[in-house]
Amino acid sequence: MAVTAPAAAPRHALPVRRHHWGSMLWAAAKTPRGMIGLGLASFVALVAIIGPFVAPDSPDALVTLAFGKPSSQFLLGGDFLGRDVLSRVLNGGWVLLLMAVCATALGVIGGAAAGVSAAYLRGASDGIIMRAVDVILSFPQLVFALLLLSLLGPKLWLITLTVGVSHAPQVARVLRSATLDLSERDFVKAAELQGMRPAKVMWKEIVPNLVSPLTVEAGLRLTYSIVIMAGLAFLGFGQEPPAATWGTMINENRDGLTLNPWAVIVPSLLIAVLTIGTNTFTDAFARVAIGIDRRPQEAALIDDLGQETGQ
Amino acid sequence: MAVATAPVRSAASSSAHPITRLIRRRLAFGVLTLFLVSVVVFWATQVLPGNAAYALLGRNATPAKVHIVEIELHLNHGIFDQYWVWISGVCTGRLGQSLVTQLPVWSYVAPKLLNSAFLVLVTGVIGAILGVALGAVAALRRDGWFDRVSSVVVLAVTSVPEFVVAIALIIMFSTVLWHILPSVSLIPPGTYAWSEPELLVLPVATLVLVIVPYIQRMMRAAMVEALASDYVEMARLKGVPERRVVLVHALPNAIAPTIQVIGLNFLYLAGGIVLVEYVFNFPGIGQALVSAVNDRDIPTIQFIVLVLAAFYVVMNIVTDVVALLATPRRRIAR
Amino acid sequence: MSAPDSSWPDSARPASPVPASPVRLKVTDLEIRLGQSGHDVVRDVCFTVAAGQVLGLVGESGSGKTTVALALLGHTRRGLCITAGQVLLDGTDLLALSPRELRAVRGARVSYVPQDPSSALNPALRVGTQVAEVLRVHPQTVGDPSGRVAEVMREVSLDPTPELLRRYPHQLSGGQQQRIALAMAFACRPSVIVLDEPTTGLDVTTQRHVLETVRGLCRSYGVAAVYVSHDLAVVSGMVSQVAVMYAGRIVEIGSTAPLFGEPVHPYTRGLIGAVPSPEHAEVLTGIEGQQPRPGRRGAGCSFVARCDYAIADCAKQVPEPVLVAGRSVRCLRALEIQVTPSPRLPVLTQPPAMAGRATLSVQGVTASYGSTPVLSDVSLQVPPGTCVAVVGESGSGKTTLARCVAGLHRNWTGEIAFAGTPLAHAARQRDKDVLRRVQYVFQNPYTSLNPRKTVGQIIDQQLTQFTGLSHRDRSERVLGVLKDVSLGQDFLSSYPDQLSGGERQRVAIARALVVQPELLICDEVTSALDVSVQAIIVELLRRIQQKQQLAMIFITHNLALVRSIAQTAVVLRQGQVAESGPVEQILEHPSDPYTQRLIRDVPRISQPGSAG
Repeated sequence: MAVTAPAAAPRHALPVRRHHWGSMLWAAAKTPRGMIGLGLASFVALVAIIGPFVAPDSPDALVTLAFGKPSSQFLLGGDFLGRDVLSRVLNGGWVLLLMAVCATALGVIGGAAAGVSAAYLRGASDGIIMRAVDVILSFPQLVFALLLLSLLGPKLWLITLTVGVSHAPQVARVLRSATLDLSERDFVKAAELQGMRPAKVMWKEIVPNLVSPLTVEAGLRLTYSIVIMAGLAFLGFGQEPPAATWGTMINENRDGLTLNPWAVIVPSLLIAVLTIGTNTFTDAFARVAIGIDRRPQEAALIDDLGQETGQ
Repeated sequence: MAVATAPVRSAASSSAHPITRLIRRRLAFGVLTLFLVSVVVFWATQVLPGNAAYALLGRNATPAKVHIVEIELHLNHGIFDQYWVWISGVCTGRLGQSLVTQLPVWSYVAPKLLNSAFLVLVTGVIGAILGVALGAVAALRRDGWFDRVSSVVVLAVTSVPEFVVAIALIIMFSTVLWHILPSVSLIPPGTYAWSEPELLVLPVATLVLVIVPYIQRMMRAAMVEALASDYVEMARLKGVPERRVVLVHALPNAIAPTIQVIGLNFLYLAGGIVLVEYVFNFPGIGQALVSAVNDRDIPTIQFIVLVLAAFYVVMNIVTDVVALLATPRRRIAR
Repeated sequence: MSAPDSSWPDSARPASPVPASPVRLKVTDLEIRLGQSGHDVVRDVCFTVAAGQVLGLVGESGSGKTTVALALLGHTRRGLCITAGQVLLDGTDLLALSPRELRAVRGARVSYVPQDPSSALNPALRVGTQVAEVLRVHPQTVGDPSGRVAEVMREVSLDPTPELLRRYPHQLSGGQQQRIALAMAFACRPSVIVLDEPTTGLDVTTQRHVLETVRGLCRSYGVAAVYVSHDLAVVSGMVSQVAVMYAGRIVEIGSTAPLFGEPVHPYTRGLIGAVPSPEHAEVLTGIEGQQPRPGRRGAGCSFVARCDYAIADCAKQVPEPVLVAGRSVRCLRALEIQVTPSPRLPVLTQPPAMAGRATLSVQGVTASYGSTPVLSDVSLQVPPGTCVAVVGESGSGKTTLARCVAGLHRNWTGEIAFAGTPLAHAARQRDKDVLRRVQYVFQNPYTSLNPRKTVGQIIDQQLTQFTGLSHRDRSERVLGVLKDVSLGQDFLSSYPDQLSGGERQRVAIARALVVQPELLICDEVTSALDVSVQAIIVELLRRIQQKQQLAMIFITHNLALVRSIAQTAVVLRQGQVAESGPVEQILEHPSDPYTQRLIRDVPRISQPGSAG
């Protein structure tokens, strides 16, 4: 497209606000919340990814006493079978992380496609899609997952699929309402008047404006994926023993809380810090997006008062 | 010259009150949803695993045992027959027997249902009151220290998985730091939760900690919006004292969206109790579900999932009705 | 004529007889900033209002007039602080009162009528409660509260039945809501009333009724009133003196008739030149540029960038008020300008009628939204090269008609023919070439441009969709059309967010023109803009229409505007054509009673017999 233009900004220009997704992420990362969130999440992610390569012992080896106290050789002591807690912790994160990311991607892409189509196409398609959404939303994600897993066995791909599918409805709802809002805006009608087909209008006009709600939802869904999958592992529906995963570790070492609490505390802390990190960063992004993607009435308000009021 | 007042237009499109219309539409939809849910449950439990009897018995499957289970579950009939038998049984109260305890499902599950209901009710009420109060205070002292601190704390608490919260509370109050509360319920089967209040404290505390953040945030946002609205400004310009502005003008308008969130949290609790009951070994349907799943006790699983779905449907309707009642603009036609 | 404040130099004080009525409101050196030490929003504002008089505070968006209005009750919006000045209400400085004392004064001795009653009335409380509330809160002002409620409702022409009092705001019409707001304002018999654009959003006839009510009440109560507005025509019929605000300062203040008849300050001149008149076919002249925001106002006169009379000194210091022709003007060259007559606006020449088949022919079109009928048997013709104005109030169906012609609204019956060929109902079903030749400019410039695309991309997209031109040819065309709408090349890489309302609307027009259409549909394209910007856009459209001999449909609710752009007019009333014909005939000799009433109710500048 680009018609060449000199670099000078127009007179009376408002301060330049970048709209590109990357710049918004960067702006979010510079806020205090963004920095904290990114820091926490990255720290745990690093532990999870690099952990297996730096673990001192094999996660399955029985090397110490059951619930042995921490010592200089075994920094976090032993778990309920006598395995090194530190090694197990370092090995126990990457599968959770990988599955959570996959489930999130699945849910967000599927949900977004459904929501945007339902809103733009309206009519029968909208009705069918949203009914299906409501049905899936009508009972808790965890129960839904348990139901399927109980009878088909705790296969990892199934867990990922189930959790991903259970995210899709919520994402669909949010994006549908955002798309409905956008479809009414005149610039979409202007594109229709250019004879554009519906699919092209959706892709070129609507989707670029959905970047913000999409990113926020993705962040939230990632947090929930981690929460649910850790919870399932906790209940025994994760990797089969003797695999080391944080969720399972918390459950299997519960009885020895008075003897060696670290076997429970450390994996709990890691999960908590990870989810706090992702959620905080998502919150920072949402705040930046609200500042930038003002609804038109608010944009007009700036003109009316001749200044920016509020935050 | 008196201008004639415009007559109130009658709701010509429907003769019924908006609330009645809403309830009717939702009920119809709710029944449809329940039907679909039952189909999914049935499919997941009896059709999907292939021969459910084999799946159930696992390694213990001998032809004789398989045959017995097949008869119990009507697996020798066609799929639609099976479904019809099952669903009609559910509707008329014949739920079959638990494959594990051999007791009728209803008598096994009923007391647990009551316990969980009690847990949810107590948690919901405490959580709603706390959330609304904290949110209102944060909004009134916007950008003050309370607001900033609570905003950070709330964000942190809401991110942590509920079972981690449960474990953290156990560590703090039960095993490691202090020993004031029991971590595990040892209620004999048949007793009701409210007869042993000490055992309720930690599970309720966990669940309250999990739901209060959502309510607090919504209340704060709604309150901030109400306090920044034109009608609140107008009230202040009339010279209305601040206390009346907050209580009579702002609060009623902030409550409506918050009710939606409170309802959503009740819904969340239906799933949240599963993990929490498991951690504390609380005798409710969450814990029963986990055991049933571990034991592949199909009739029990089917029933509990249906109960949870029905709870969802009812709760959705109640939430919408209450929200409608709180918004005169939607409740009364022009 | 009331004397300005003592802080102004004596030379600026007019020699006038002592006013007969006591001074109720006296504002001196009011200053409001963004935060305690931020940029100033309002500065050096001084004026006085005596009992029974109405002061009009006039300005465009961004001038600070609403900020001043709220400050008259000692109130500021979030983020703003009153940093200097006094607001003397019957001698008491409101800005020095404690919060409790201030609350006792608000509503009782000074009250406020809001701009938008639909959002200023609490949706969760009954209207009777809200009116009674102001009496409850100030018990000492009135003896019998419930009797007073009924009394004041009657004064605003509302029948105080229990049934009405029990209604919620959403159950009332816009006019009724505003009357409730007026009742709340007058209930405690205040000394001063501040009205903030109280008739925005009301249709012309309701507006006239409300204004008459306000005038009557002010007279009978002997209140001093401040009437804030952007609408010069409305103000000229209501007020005895006018203060014109620009970029946070009062640039001219004086009696109404002389000020509007012979304005002195360049901004006032520009503003009056921009107001359309239903009586004369004039070329509208707007003011190029934008009002500077707080922080960008510079050390000297804020108007210097847009002023035709500016000299080097103007940018160096803020002009002090100078007394000229009986009023105060903040301009270094006020005395010179005063003797220069304001440029008379040239009379509009109508283009010669073009021969040929009608570009657009609408026959018997009936349209509805779902089951609600919106248009009923509407017919009109647009001859080639002519501009047809479609005029109507809200609910008349004019926008629906435009959408039917464009293909955005499908649910219609009848016949719409473009250049002889009937048009399909939906845009999707139409030929691409037809779509190219019929172009649409939307009402709201804030939603008609994709926020994620640059101006260049937005305009270029039209070319890629409709033509097969090469990249170089497209660039040329885009630059050409930007020049036609007087936007510089540097706008190409800007995002809509960076542009003002007027600039955005120009981009929307450029977008429509770049594909060289034959019919241009303009749907209330100036309703969201200030009057000085509106004049520019309308004049721009007129020039382009005449130069390119476009057929045009110009939809508006502003009857006065019609004369400055259209040759034919069609008046719609509730979905039906009330009257149609040449513009002069419709405006000067209307035959339909509805049209006659509309024209009678349209406010215009320098109406005889204004108040005070």
